Amino acid sequence: MFRNDYDTDVTTFSPAGRIHQVEYAIAAVKQGSACVALKSDDFAVLAAVSRKESELGSHQEKLFKVDDHLGIGISGLIADGRVLCKYLRTECLNHKFVFEGKMQTGRLVKNLSDKSQKYTQTSEKRPYGVGLLVIGYDKTGTHVFETLPSGNFFEYIAQAMGKRSQSSRTYLEKYFKEFKDMELGNLIEHALKSLKGASEETLTKNNCSVAYVGKGTKFTLLTGESLAPYMSLVDEEKKEAKKNED
Amino acid sequence: MEQLQNAIAESKSHPSTRTTRPIVTGASVLAIKYKDGVMVMSDTLASYGSMARYKSVQRICKVNETTLIGASGEYSDFQYLKDLVEELTDEEFDEDDGASMSPKEIHSYLSRVMYNRRSKIDPLYNFVCVAGFKEGKSYLGALDYFGSTFEEDVFTSGYGMYIALPLIRKDWSADMDEKSAVALLEKCMTVLFYRDCRTINKYNIAKVTASGVEISKPYSLKTEWSYKRFQNPHIIE
Repeated sequence: MFRNDYDTDVTTFSPAGRIHQVEYAIAAVKQGSACVALKSDDFAVLAAVSRKESELGSHQEKLFKVDDHLGIGISGLIADGRVLCKYLRTECLNHKFVFEGKMQTGRLVKNLSDKSQKYTQTSEKRPYGVGLLVIGYDKTGTHVFETLPSGNFFEYIAQAMGKRSQSSRTYLEKYFKEFKDMELGNLIEHALKSLKGASEETLTKNNCSVAYVGKGTKFTLLTGESLAPYMSLVDEEKKEAKKNED
Repeated sequence: MEQLQNAIAESKSHPSTRTTRPIVTGASVLAIKYKDGVMVMSDTLASYGSMARYKSVQRICKVNETTLIGASGEYSDFQYLKDLVEELTDEEFDEDDGASMSPKEIHSYLSRVMYNRRSKIDPLYNFVCVAGFKEGKSYLGALDYFGSTFEEDVFTSGYGMYIALPLIRKDWSADMDEKSAVALLEKCMTVLFYRDCRTINKYNIAKVTASGVEISKPYSLKTEWSYKRFQNPHIIE
């Protein structure tokens, strides 16, 4: 994949019909720490591994509230992610001011993707190096969207992105058929369990974060103490498995 | 002083292009919430001052499956509002994502438009009602050319505010059935026809309910002109 002749700028196609700069941007997303999202008919849940740069530092914030009914998890260049988060928040606020209603998740994602696409077609600029998992609850129910630097977006029942996200995706593929009518607590459990394989260290209440939104529930972020009760659910199973082994 | 003289000189070369007074106008619009939804009624006249110039004009129109709007005041400004709202519904059709605007959202959007125009001292000279029924709830909102906006159980504009509103307040109740709602609005429109010179005896009545928006064909109401004093005003008895 590396060392191609036609990869100097984003406005050049390769003879194989690919734009390498965009693909490199997507590779930047794959290098970020993992993020998963899944949904039932009533709730959508986000979970992310919050890496620490060093022992002395704090954990990286990965989940952000965009509006009362909408939030995102980011993977890749976190700085780009913050800029896009600001853009999404502004769009939602503008919509709220004019229409006094919540913005449709799909329409917001479309606007963001159109913005991202511009940078795959402009010289002297680069694509955003961040992928987003957007969860929302609006007029048409729950949504999970994935956006990429290419300007593509897809809607999912469950998705994972970032380093070692394949193991998360395998876990989600195993259980996604049960998500439709699942309770919120169980959804969060599955989100954390799917994240286990993608993390280098054991998950604790301090090195991961969870967020959810849904029917009658505003976007809520769980970190640290508020996340502790769910971590014990995930750990208990580990303890039991060990017990049975012994 | 020089600045003032320059401003005066400049203004002579740029004619005023803002609304100063309404030219072709519609009279009252009445709307009430009732048991099944919201009912709206207006006559079909657009007056040119005191002349009854356009006698088959529809001053109530459908926005989408859950909302309709009706307006009194400058008719061309109402047509402009209709175009704006159509832009929104066209965009929504293109999105094709299963969601549609609620009456409240349309009301809010038009509020912003009206208020912005008022702030430029170039108003849209209308008094608009936004009537809708979504997810089991009726919605009735009002907008005027000052940018004021509010929600109410009943709406009247123009002479309707003075003549029809007291009549409605006397007989209105939230759980009126369709027949009573129609009867109340027709009674008010008849009185308005007798008393407001800028009306004609030709009406549209519309309702928005769980089954969508329905606007009637134009029809007339019975009026009584056989009073002796009308026929022979000079006779004193």
